[in-house]
Amino acid sequence: MTDLTKLTLVESVKHVKEKKCSAEELVDAYVKRIEKSDKLNCFNTKDLENAVSKAKKIDTNKKLDKALVGAPIAVKDLFCTKGLKTTASSKILSNFIPTYESTVTEKLWNEDAILIGKLNSDEFAMGSSNETSSFGNVLNPYRLNNENLVPGGSSGGCASAVAADLTSATVGTDTGGSIRQPAAFTGIVGLKPTYGRCSRWGIVAFASSLDQAGPMTKDVKDAALMLDVISGYDEKDSTSANKPKSSFLNSIKSNIKGLKVGVPKEYRVDNMPKEVDDLWQEGIKILKDNGAIIKDISLPHTKYALPTYYIIAPAEASSNLARYDGVRYGFRAEGKDLTEMYENTRSKGFGAEVKRRIMIGTYVLSSGYYDAYYLKAQKVRNLIKVDFDNAYKDVDVILTPTTPTPAFKFGENTDDPIAMYLNDIFTVTANLAGLPAISLPIKYNKDGLPLALQLFGKSFDEQTLLNTAYSIEQQVNFKSQVKDWWM
Amino acid sequence: MSINKDTIKKISKLARISVTNEETDRLEKDLNSIIKFVEQLKELNTDKIAPIASVSDQALTMNKDEIKKINEKEEILKNAPEKNSNYYIVPKVIE
Repeated sequence: MTDLTKLTLVESVKHVKEKKCSAEELVDAYVKRIEKSDKLNCFNTKDLENAVSKAKKIDTNKKLDKALVGAPIAVKDLFCTKGLKTTASSKILSNFIPTYESTVTEKLWNEDAILIGKLNSDEFAMGSSNETSSFGNVLNPYRLNNENLVPGGSSGGCASAVAADLTSATVGTDTGGSIRQPAAFTGIVGLKPTYGRCSRWGIVAFASSLDQAGPMTKDVKDAALMLDVISGYDEKDSTSANKPKSSFLNSIKSNIKGLKVGVPKEYRVDNMPKEVDDLWQEGIKILKDNGAIIKDISLPHTKYALPTYYIIAPAEASSNLARYDGVRYGFRAEGKDLTEMYENTRSKGFGAEVKRRIMIGTYVLSSGYYDAYYLKAQKVRNLIKVDFDNAYKDVDVILTPTTPTPAFKFGENTDDPIAMYLNDIFTVTANLAGLPAISLPIKYNKDGLPLALQLFGKSFDEQTLLNTAYSIEQQVNFKSQVKDWWM
Repeated sequence: MSINKDTIKKISKLARISVTNEETDRLEKDLNSIIKFVEQLKELNTDKIAPIASVSDQALTMNKDEIKKINEKEEILKNAPEKNSNYYIVPKVIE
């Protein structure tokens, strides 16, 4: 019998639609795997019993025609789910139960997908290794000589869960690389859509001008299907875009003849491992073989992207996280007066990285420093955006590696915040410029770890991005090499 | 520009996060290294560049002015650490 958890999302839905399996059988297969996979620590909350009863109910439907019918889906624990605990992997939200559903997840359930749980992440999505979670480390299903590796972050639970077949697909959030970097570390596809493509309503906010939800999936077609479902205008999010869209999945094609692909010289950073540089050259060759035209381009302000990000993101976070005051969200640490209660609640409720970012954000926004840091960063952000505007006069997509290294060991980058931040060096620019970008697994290195390439697209041109990724995917034929060592 | 212990104290007050002496030492080291990193931006002349707060070119839209009745008082208050009938309870503010 086929192991149903090995199917892609597109195949799973097809199975249910064609009654090759029932929704209940599909959910059961995932439930059994999830129950044997606690060691990976992907889940903050499981909702397995409800999932089974929802599946049974779907099986009684006369029509099985919804886009995600019967697909068991766990989501990052940053999406508010009505009546089900939503923690952002933080102690301060450890018993918060939302009274509403995020727009993105509501769209999933409207298409008959089935919620199976909430996935671990870095606390408030702040981190690149999932090590800042209040609920413990998530393990990468890939290991280095039997030693555990980080799954990347912040959507680390999402990435490991997809790679380990614990969810048919998932949605993560990406503020500086939080979908793409963990996707790269675990050999899956991660797509950050254009800013405004998906509603941010009901997602625990980190940095509102950068945050964007997006799919993390087993392959490119799955990403297209997920984007079809979760995207669209939402009057509850004033920054969500009112753009016409057709089906990304139905329009997908691998013919990229004549496509112009930019290769930015500024992404060739010092100390880049040879395997990553070689990977990049391989990507260029594949695209050339597929009929694309390769052009050397320049994005001159690239080196300033990470410093810009580490002013803007903490500034917005310090403002967004001001709401956690010990009054409205479940967690409170007592104090002798109101101010001391606030201070104790926030001191005990937030972890070290979140505090660090709130402090930096507060500093750069404070009187006397605002112009020198925050305003300066907003100006450089403009320069970075203009870099891309200029590049896109000559090219359709841009090809780079997703990360400077493959997955690393626990504790390797925790002593030095800057070393950890450098993980996002190739990904943050897409958030600052609001552009769509996709990470695509290409091959394994000599140690058996996944390596990935990234493609940037033009604003609201996810279709070209998906087509290009699909064309590469067809050539590289990347297959999961996850061995179930944790079971 | 460097951040000293007094600055940490001031920021922690503004951010409403109490910090221990140990935390202050670590924060002093970490925040200074982050500030040093972001100060690379000073190399750039941005006198003639406009700041952008968002990349969205979307103009704000008007929603229909209609009443939607949502009565979730009880549900919302369930998340409160302390409450009394329809109110949140906080430590005494005025003596």
